Amino acid sequence: MAVAVAPVREASVVSDVPDLRARPSWRSAKSAIMTGLMMLAVVVVAIPLVAILWSVIDRGAGVAFRAFPSFFTAEVPTVSRRVGPGMGPAIVGTLLSTGGATVMAVPLGVLGAIYLHEYGAGNRFAKLVRFMTTVMTGVPSIVMGLFIYLVWTLHFGYSAFGGSLALACLMLPVVIASSEQMLRLVPPTLREAAYALGTTKSRTIATVVVPAALPGIVSGSLLAIARAAGETAPLMFAVGAANAFNPHLLSGANTSLSMQIFGNATLAFTGAQERAWGAALTLVGIAFLFTLVARIATARFAFKR
Amino acid sequence: MAATPPDLRGHPHRADTAFGWIVRGAATIVLVILATIAIVMTRRAVPVLSHMGIEFFTSKRWSAPQAIYGALPFLFGTLYTAVIALVIAVPVSLGVALFVTQVAPPWLRRPMIYVIDLLAVVPSVVFGLWGVLVLSQHFGLGRSFLTAGIILAIMVTPIITSLAREVIETTPPTDKEGALALGATRWEMIMATVLPHSKGGLVGAVMLGLGRALGETIAAALVIGSAIGQITANPFAAGNSMPAVIANEWGEADSMHKSALIALAVTLFIITIIVNLVATAIVQRSMRRSRGL
Repeated sequence: MAVAVAPVREASVVSDVPDLRARPSWRSAKSAIMTGLMMLAVVVVAIPLVAILWSVIDRGAGVAFRAFPSFFTAEVPTVSRRVGPGMGPAIVGTLLSTGGATVMAVPLGVLGAIYLHEYGAGNRFAKLVRFMTTVMTGVPSIVMGLFIYLVWTLHFGYSAFGGSLALACLMLPVVIASSEQMLRLVPPTLREAAYALGTTKSRTIATVVVPAALPGIVSGSLLAIARAAGETAPLMFAVGAANAFNPHLLSGANTSLSMQIFGNATLAFTGAQERAWGAALTLVGIAFLFTLVARIATARFAFKR
Repeated sequence: MAATPPDLRGHPHRADTAFGWIVRGAATIVLVILATIAIVMTRRAVPVLSHMGIEFFTSKRWSAPQAIYGALPFLFGTLYTAVIALVIAVPVSLGVALFVTQVAPPWLRRPMIYVIDLLAVVPSVVFGLWGVLVLSQHFGLGRSFLTAGIILAIMVTPIITSLAREVIETTPPTDKEGALALGATRWEMIMATVLPHSKGGLVGAVMLGLGRALGETIAAALVIGSAIGQITANPFAAGNSMPAVIANEWGEADSMHKSALIALAVTLFIITIIVNLVATAIVQRSMRRSRGL
């Protein structure tokens, strides 16, 4: 049939046809201004990021690499006024307390997440645990530190392990939440296929579900570790203070990069401040490294959101 | 005669049952830890609360040698620095979130998100170091409420930005296209579709940022100035906040003083938990609504 044809334009109407070409108006000007403000916001965020990283590299690299590798291996001078390396004991302390926390929090967190997602669907207890996990994520890190001081350090004395406990308390809810999210991404068809073959539930989880979600779980855990490695407040009550090497996890006061930065930042001595910047560079390097590995793990994850 | 059919019902496997209990136990640990925190900390806070009574929250005087503990200035400092931080961080975070989702070309989005997330990875003590040795010295701010507010703003910006981005991304594209098709400019489209749609979630994102700012210890402890008993609206004055007091005074505290610091921690714990719960509830409700569930 005939296609509806627009009526022929009459001469009198032609002059009334609006000009549809874009025209600068106050409306488009306003939009442009607002877009400009958004770009300004991006610049405002970029300034401190660049400034902080620049300060850390500029002031930290000098002291950290001038006497390479002794900055990373030498003891912290007992007299803070003295100029020179190093941060060896602090690196050992950070690795000990963060490592101990990882060994406790990651397995527990993954098991907890398995309960929440694989066993607790629609279950009231699981809902309660999930809710409390959210609550626990919001607990300020200094509160965790005091808590561990009261239940552990008061009875067993200062040690890197006390720091591990505090950091593990901080990491646990993060690992649970991120692991549960990753388990949720594993397609139910994989589980059903395993059940159809007669596999028990625990076996399905151990050989099908967890391996499928593993890169995501690893990535979430690494981000939690990166955060924990930089924490200061939870450590100061439980770890004590030391300047010498203490390779023992379970006994004796220890130190960490973060506590050395905190302690040296407010001292008026050039040597102390230099060591603080060097420690900051080391700590930021460790945190960025873990984040980078986490990103690589995420990129290899088969199931995308 | 029919032979008795084999019993095909599955029977619980011992390892299977054990695994079920192990994961249940792991989940229970969260409850155990939180309950222990609440009980242990509250018990240790009792001495100072019975010593000071309600004065603990209303008195301005904090003097350990005289055993007088009035925490009002620290409550004030915590809230004041958090407010300064939000006043700075909220417009900036919203601007960045809108830029990333509505303006930036697709190839730029992922790198931008990564770079902003880098800010979240920098340890708080490094922010504190930069604040005390660079920001407060070279910009003439000294150690003050404002310096602490700025540092906290830098720290909460990545959190608010990434949540705001997630909320904004749930805006249905058809709404946006509809607005644009009606001749709206980009800004009008944002005002007409994106913001009304994500209002609730954005409020929640800001509150989660607030929760973080309230609990932040180390950076604030380094730059806030540790002034005792200071309640003033002057942002350039030195002050103190609850976590900063705990961190700075714990080392030389006697038992009543320690009890006072623990009472501060309990107060902080309760405030941040309330803020976080309200925030989470708001975010989840708005996310659910926007998915049409």
